[in-house]
Amino acid sequence: MAGTGKRDAGWAVSRGVQVGFLVGLLVLWYVSTNYWGVSHLLLPEPVQVYWHFVDIIKTGEFLDDLNVTLSELAIAFTGSCTLGVTLGYLISRSPYAIRVFEPLFAGMYSVPIILFLPLYVLIFGLGPLSKIAIGGTISFFPIILSTIAGFGYVERTYIVSARSMGASDYQLFRYVLLPAALPVILTGMRMGFTVALLSIIGSETLASLAGLGHRIVHLAEGMDMARMFAYIAFVIAIAAFLNTVVSSLEARGRRR
Amino acid sequence: MTGEVAIRVRDVTHHFGEEDDARHVRALLDTSIDVTRGELLCLIGPSGCGKSTLLNVIGGLLDPSSGTVEVAGKPVRGPMPADIAYVFQENALFPWNTVLENVMLGMLFQGVPKAEREARARRALEAVGLADFTSHYPAQLSGGMRQRAALARALSLETGILLMDEPFGALDEQTRMILGEDLSVLLSRTDKAIVFVTHSLGEAVFLADRVAVFSARPGTIKQVISVEEPHPRHPEFVTSAKFTTLRNELYGLLHDEIRKAMLESAMRSEGGPVAAGGGDSA
Repeated sequence: MAGTGKRDAGWAVSRGVQVGFLVGLLVLWYVSTNYWGVSHLLLPEPVQVYWHFVDIIKTGEFLDDLNVTLSELAIAFTGSCTLGVTLGYLISRSPYAIRVFEPLFAGMYSVPIILFLPLYVLIFGLGPLSKIAIGGTISFFPIILSTIAGFGYVERTYIVSARSMGASDYQLFRYVLLPAALPVILTGMRMGFTVALLSIIGSETLASLAGLGHRIVHLAEGMDMARMFAYIAFVIAIAAFLNTVVSSLEARGRRR
Repeated sequence: MTGEVAIRVRDVTHHFGEEDDARHVRALLDTSIDVTRGELLCLIGPSGCGKSTLLNVIGGLLDPSSGTVEVAGKPVRGPMPADIAYVFQENALFPWNTVLENVMLGMLFQGVPKAEREARARRALEAVGLADFTSHYPAQLSGGMRQRAALARALSLETGILLMDEPFGALDEQTRMILGEDLSVLLSRTDKAIVFVTHSLGEAVFLADRVAVFSARPGTIKQVISVEEPHPRHPEFVTSAKFTTLRNELYGLLHDEIRKAMLESAMRSEGGPVAAGGGDSA
């Protein structure tokens, strides 16, 4: 059909521009480091970065740091999901509790919690525990807020009609409240996941003993710029992969 | 058996809020009425006259401040899913379930054995003309089809009583007429007792065996008018002299009450005359 053909053409053009932009950046990078004399200490040469990337993958030396970062992320995210969804559900059961806690958590969500990192390091040490705590704290807020919104603002007619047909408390939860709230909660979880990943890698670069963020800072301090860039590319790839997985899980959950 | 009393309402009074509260509203005052099996009773009246309140008291969704309601010989103290099914104005279908799942879910809540649910759901959907739309989601249907599905869900529960709270209120006039005709056909085959809240005079006369006209706040039944015309009723009924006479009679009764209700709400907001139209909307 003409309509879809036109839309496909538009889609191909915009994709082309996007790819072209990225390729342009790479070319600019290559030319500036090889022909325009940009210092390799400030900006390493892309081909070198590529070979370092290949070396990192081949030797598998990233495994320990990746393991540390992903474990921190998994524990922090599981913790904030469990606590955020449980507390959010309990608060959503009472209009009074919603009035009290929703503005409170919304206010706290707007505070840049990463500022408390030095405090977290003092309390929990330089190891993974402080990363888990900061990632867990930061991702807790979008999750609990979306859980309160999801369970707290279910269309009243759904509940009244289920009750009029004799739904028990469990049936009301399983067949009405949960499916009504799930799409909203999943969006909160995706947002929570993104901020947990950001804050954990970010805090690893500030104060840590291991992890991908720690490795990147370590290489920067050793002036090993090409390898540092290779690690940055690696982290970007991991983050993009994880975000894609989480987004597609969210989309699947929303469709139901 | 037709003629047997299915719903017995005695001296029901309901107010929202406490006596000395500024927002205290006497919604319903000393109302009594019986509805027999096989009968369709329409409740009609100005906005806020308590007709929906009465419906919710009958359905056990509201505890009356005083008075009693008996359904199938038992006092009503909460929802009675085995005896009473509801059709709401809108938004009562779950958007995350298909039409068939929605109908089956009602029976799951009511406690119908699993083996029976699908066959009964399909039968009910066929009766309302939705046999080809069982796997559609509510958002994929028109407003009229959604109300048909809600009606199918209520019918599948096979209760003796059906309470309908402005079920066609959100639909356009044409869809409303067609649904009204189809409802009349469906109802001629059952001996359910039906209470139907509406704002539309024509709908009341077309569907009802009796029409209860409410007075303005505090609401109570001012007069009951009988419509002697067998079901199913045909479109020709609408153009008959009988229909026009009854409709005009209802209009005369309602007109004064709507004026009174508007005057009262104008005095409440202490701001002189209010804009017209407040009577028949909302």
